[in-house]
Amino acid sequence: MAAVPEQQMQAEAHITVQDLTMAYGDFVIQRDLTFTVRRGDIFIIMGGSGCGKSTLLRHLIGLKAPAKGEVFYDDVNFWRAEPDEQEHMKRKFGVLFQSGALWSSLTLAENIALPLGQYMDLSPTRIHEVVSLKLALVGLAGFEEFYPSEISGGMQKRAGLARAMALDPDILFFDEPSAGLDPISSRRLDDLILELRDSLGATVVVVTHELASIFAIGNNSVFLDPESKTMIATGDPKDLVESGNPTVRTFLTRGES
Amino acid sequence: MAEAAVESVTTDNNTHGQRYELSFERPASDTLLVRLAGSWRLENKLPPITEVQQQLESGAAVAQVRLDTTQLSAWDTGLLTFLAGLYTLCQERGIVLDKAGLPEGVRKLIDLAFAVPPQKDTGRRGELPPVLARIGDATLKLLHRAPEMIGFIGEVTLSLGRLFRGKAQYRRSDLMLIIQEVGPQALPIVSLISFLVGMIVAYMGAVQLAQFGAQIYIADLVGIGVVREMGALMTGIIIAGRTGAAFAAQLGTMQVNEEIDAFKALGISPMDFLVLPRILALIIMMPLLVLYADIVGVLAGMFVAGTTFDIGVFEYYQQTARALDLRHFAVGISKGTVYGILIAIAGCLRGMQCGRSAQAVGQATTSAVVTSIVFIVIAASLLTIIFQKLGI
Repeated sequence: MAAVPEQQMQAEAHITVQDLTMAYGDFVIQRDLTFTVRRGDIFIIMGGSGCGKSTLLRHLIGLKAPAKGEVFYDDVNFWRAEPDEQEHMKRKFGVLFQSGALWSSLTLAENIALPLGQYMDLSPTRIHEVVSLKLALVGLAGFEEFYPSEISGGMQKRAGLARAMALDPDILFFDEPSAGLDPISSRRLDDLILELRDSLGATVVVVTHELASIFAIGNNSVFLDPESKTMIATGDPKDLVESGNPTVRTFLTRGES
Repeated sequence: MAEAAVESVTTDNNTHGQRYELSFERPASDTLLVRLAGSWRLENKLPPITEVQQQLESGAAVAQVRLDTTQLSAWDTGLLTFLAGLYTLCQERGIVLDKAGLPEGVRKLIDLAFAVPPQKDTGRRGELPPVLARIGDATLKLLHRAPEMIGFIGEVTLSLGRLFRGKAQYRRSDLMLIIQEVGPQALPIVSLISFLVGMIVAYMGAVQLAQFGAQIYIADLVGIGVVREMGALMTGIIIAGRTGAAFAAQLGTMQVNEEIDAFKALGISPMDFLVLPRILALIIMMPLLVLYADIVGVLAGMFVAGTTFDIGVFEYYQQTARALDLRHFAVGISKGTVYGILIAIAGCLRGMQCGRSAQAVGQATTSAVVTSIVFIVIAASLLTIIFQKLGI
């Protein structure tokens, strides 16, 4: 296992990405990504559409193997770990996919109960209690027996979040949480993310290009540039807007500065 | 310069009587002033950009192009495409294009269009590769698919292994639901097709057998034909179109919705959870469906014999019972089971391979049915030969 660079160890690194190159076949999406997500961060992966934000997320949650480079969780190299260990690590992730990705053949309650039933030895009554609690946390109490197609997009997102939280994850991943939501729902989701970070003590990684969200919740970030096909900035978005690369500043000010 | 004069004017009428005007001036020897006036809409049959090009090429070299749109009355995409062409023309020749003379909206849109330079190395540019290269690509793709299929069959085997060790993660209620969809709900269509096929076999045979007064052997012909071959084959083809397609569409849509990713991200194997119950359902239901199709087919023969040749029900039954024994049923049902496994594998494989678009789901479905039917026909031929050689 390769050693994690020293300066990143000091910052209480939770996720460390080193020299990551992402590619589909020969077509490189992004290269040489190196950044650190500290424990308790709300880390924003930002950049213009199509720059590879979601692809980076897929690398972080173990859905796509990197073409080159490493992803460390604490000091375990995810892509070099044994399959069993990878599975074990994945259970500490909660993922909210862009479309919610609720299992359409299951009710909301079953969606949340499924991971619980798979990984915890719980009685049906206890599972039912946990499910109700998780749904209540996202403001969907009483919707247990609804199918995903019967509720609105915003509710699907929140139900997806409830499922992502089912196993009390260490790290929550959000792929474009505010996509397709009206400003108020989007704001509520941001508040929820902040609350969850504070109360669960989880690390949060958010893929977004929603400026309001970026400044409202992010305290660390990486900016992917589609032109140079690499990251051009990392750090607190509030600092980047002051003293960042011009491209990043343009992005963060919507090109108005 | 003193002789700054209008050099050319182009106009055209549109149906509303409004027209566009394009004229050029040379306020200085290295400056071209392009004057755009009137209505610049797509329906005005706007001039090609070559008119400006001619102006740039004639006379002294131009270093700057300025625009005057004070007389412009209306514009739409037509003006924008013209200006975009002008912009590209100027960029190629290193000429400065002064956009100050443009209405603000137009200037912003032009800036917008050129804000992001075209992506160069996307690998999607250029013409179609030569024929040989395309044949090569197609062949390589085909070669890549074979290992994918073998890999998938391997994963199915591992998943079955986990099932027998009681470790597979799937929900019994899902299995029951799929069994219901695959089996009982297919009975009407299986009944119809089997009955008609039984009738066809009976009529075809009857015409020949009647020539030498051996109509009673319709029972043998229909019995053996349907039970050994046709029952399983027709059920296989119905189930390929009905269930194989449904499997591919269900899994494909789940792929599009990221539902399969959600399983993987949670460390739940989609093979166990989605593919295994589907394969089990077909393994369980296919033999039953084939048996049912056999019975319906024989009844169809009995119907034809009774109505057309006055062969009594009891007589027909006796003759059928003499002709058939368990062996024939075993052959037909084992073939049907093999078809079922092949349909389930083809349907699930195509569904899991599905891309992330609505069109991909359609392709996956088509491909599932085509693959299933090809598999069925190949398996039917092989099994028939094998059973003949074995003398069963």
